[in-house]
Amino acid sequence: MRPLFKFHGGVHPATHKAESTRTPIALAPIPTKLVIPLHQHVGNRAVPVVQVGERVLKGQIIGRPEGRLSSAVHASTSGTVSAIDMQLVAHHSGLPDLCVTLIPDGKDEWIAHSGVDYRQTEHTDLRHLLRQAGVVGLGGAVFPSDMKSYSHKHKIKTLVLNGAECEPYITCDDMLMRERAADILRGAEVLRELLYAEEVLIGIEDNKPEAIAAMQKAVLDDKHAQMEVIAVPTLYPGGGAKQLIRVLTGIEVAAGVRSTEMGVQCFNVATAYCVWRAITFGEPLLSRIVTVTGNVEHAQNYEVLLGTPVDELVALAGSRADTNKHIMGGPMMGVDLPSGSVGVTKATNCIIEASPKLFPPPPPALPCIRCTRCADVCPAELQPQELFWFSKAKDFGKAQEYHLFDCIECGACAYVCPSQIPLVQYYRFAKSEIWQRERDAQAADLARERHEYRLMRIEREKQEKAERLAQKEKAALAAKAASPAPAVNPEPAHASSAAGPDDTLQMRIDAAVARAKAQAATAQPKNVNALTPQQQAEIAEIEARRAKIREMAAHAGADDEPPKSNQG
Amino acid sequence: MIAALWVMVGISLLLGAVLGFSAIKFKVEGNPLVEKIDAVLPQTQCGQCGYPGCKPYAEAIAKGEANINKCPPGGEEGIRKLADLLGVEYVPFGEGAAPKAKAVAFIDEQTCIGCTLCLQACPVDAIVGAAKQMHTIIASECTGCELCIAPCPVDCISMQPIGEDITNWKWDYPTIPIVQVAAR
Repeated sequence: MRPLFKFHGGVHPATHKAESTRTPIALAPIPTKLVIPLHQHVGNRAVPVVQVGERVLKGQIIGRPEGRLSSAVHASTSGTVSAIDMQLVAHHSGLPDLCVTLIPDGKDEWIAHSGVDYRQTEHTDLRHLLRQAGVVGLGGAVFPSDMKSYSHKHKIKTLVLNGAECEPYITCDDMLMRERAADILRGAEVLRELLYAEEVLIGIEDNKPEAIAAMQKAVLDDKHAQMEVIAVPTLYPGGGAKQLIRVLTGIEVAAGVRSTEMGVQCFNVATAYCVWRAITFGEPLLSRIVTVTGNVEHAQNYEVLLGTPVDELVALAGSRADTNKHIMGGPMMGVDLPSGSVGVTKATNCIIEASPKLFPPPPPALPCIRCTRCADVCPAELQPQELFWFSKAKDFGKAQEYHLFDCIECGACAYVCPSQIPLVQYYRFAKSEIWQRERDAQAADLARERHEYRLMRIEREKQEKAERLAQKEKAALAAKAASPAPAVNPEPAHASSAAGPDDTLQMRIDAAVARAKAQAATAQPKNVNALTPQQQAEIAEIEARRAKIREMAAHAGADDEPPKSNQG
Repeated sequence: MIAALWVMVGISLLLGAVLGFSAIKFKVEGNPLVEKIDAVLPQTQCGQCGYPGCKPYAEAIAKGEANINKCPPGGEEGIRKLADLLGVEYVPFGEGAAPKAKAVAFIDEQTCIGCTLCLQACPVDAIVGAAKQMHTIIASECTGCELCIAPCPVDCISMQPIGEDITNWKWDYPTIPIVQVAAR
């Protein structure tokens, strides 16, 4: 028996998991339309590579990854692209983002695809495959998996496979582990290979005995020697990466440090499953398991095509009439969806149908009584009451001093708060204000730098011009000295000796004008020297016509008529 | 008695030498206060303060020639920061100097004649173009100072407010909704 460790704090909210685990995962039918957001992952938004009206096949890339930290987006089924525009997405802001709308043709026709044997493939190629397959962390953080499967900087000893699923209501990982344990472990084996990890620890909360049994059986059946399934105590937020790493290995991942620096990497079980499908079968991430629960007739897990509108999904489970909103994710950290039209994304692990009966509106917040129960339950060992105080007073510098950015927004503090203060809202407000300030400061620095450079450039140009002029003057003087009687323009030259500086300037200008005139008179147009006789004849004809018009104009002017056609 | 005097003279000479040396060695270049004020200013270089840029305004504030409420792009928070920094009272904005919503300049490329006048006006070189070539704004580097609008002979530059999208969206300050309760 492996010794387990404890993380600080934690709470025990009612789990509500039994409702949705009674029936196996069902395959959701192809919906009438798919709204596929192009930004379903951490990093840069994918760039659309299809046109409106284009027919796409299942698995075809419709958004290519842009930049280093990005991931591909695919067509979840075959059909026609009907729009590429801003649509509402699952985001706290309720603002629209770029989405590809796809009308399925019902044929579900695959694009040509094939897998590779991961043992005989270069790791760089495997990572590239993951990136092209759009595999991202399915635990909720949606971080591109290819960026997490490096180990050249730090030696990774332990790969933690996260099957804790600590948040109430959500059971998608539980059902996946029960039904597809073997493929999860094969995916974990690929990840272990990529990371050169020595051991794989699979952490599952002990309220999922069926999943634990299924995973243990799969480990024994497939003889995964370096893998171990470990039941961890049920305690929210035990499924947080840092918390699970702490419980399984005893390693405390410090603030601002990545777990890889401590020799641990963590992946969700569903991510491991997708890695296996992507590598071995060449199937990109097109669907995921979504728990539909809450105020529905029969709560269940569905395998859902990415982009399926939430309305169509919840209709399958029989959403009840008094549902007033959809929550994506769990009740602790979930996002209130702005509309039922938003598409399921890679981050959608659960849709909770909320009703006023199920989630009564919170009572008005009362003043903080400084009971510090929030500090007792904070898994990041922060002082939530202080953070609340500083965020409320908009004293962001102080909030940062109290490690605001170590807050994982798990909501345990707000859950226990006897004054029902929406603490997490305050932290999120403070965080986004600080980010805004950082952006402003960066913009100001850039502007300062560019302005200073501009001033320097103007100064330099002025200097260069002055130098050029001085040199010219010098050269002119030298030339004058060399030939005392310049024969350029003999006519005004006779006054030069007696005239003052102004006169010499005027004289020089006159000389320059005369020179230019003489040059213009003798100059021949350069674009007519290699023409055929025919072209020359044409030119001559045009010149003759022009001369005629000029003559006519002069004549008309003489007759006191306004000149009309003399401007050419 | 004499010995004590010499000791005192010696000590004073030594300390004087140390002080003199450190005055040269650790000499502060420029006015550090100007740098601090300049760091608070938003660097739009818009000249709304009446000075030809943020640095000159910072210098004027440091000398006590200018008030701290002359910078609309810095917002009220800018005034508060300056007040904190200088240890003076907060001064509200004067008439007609209220901060505007953030915006970037936009050139209507159909109308632009390529005169380069806006290029010369831009304090941060955020306009690309050449004589008789179409000009365009590098939106990410535009500070929204509006200095390019006046020189344009064909009025093809307009200010486009920066809208809210998912990348720059901010959480609202938590508020408690007021609910009307029926009187008893």
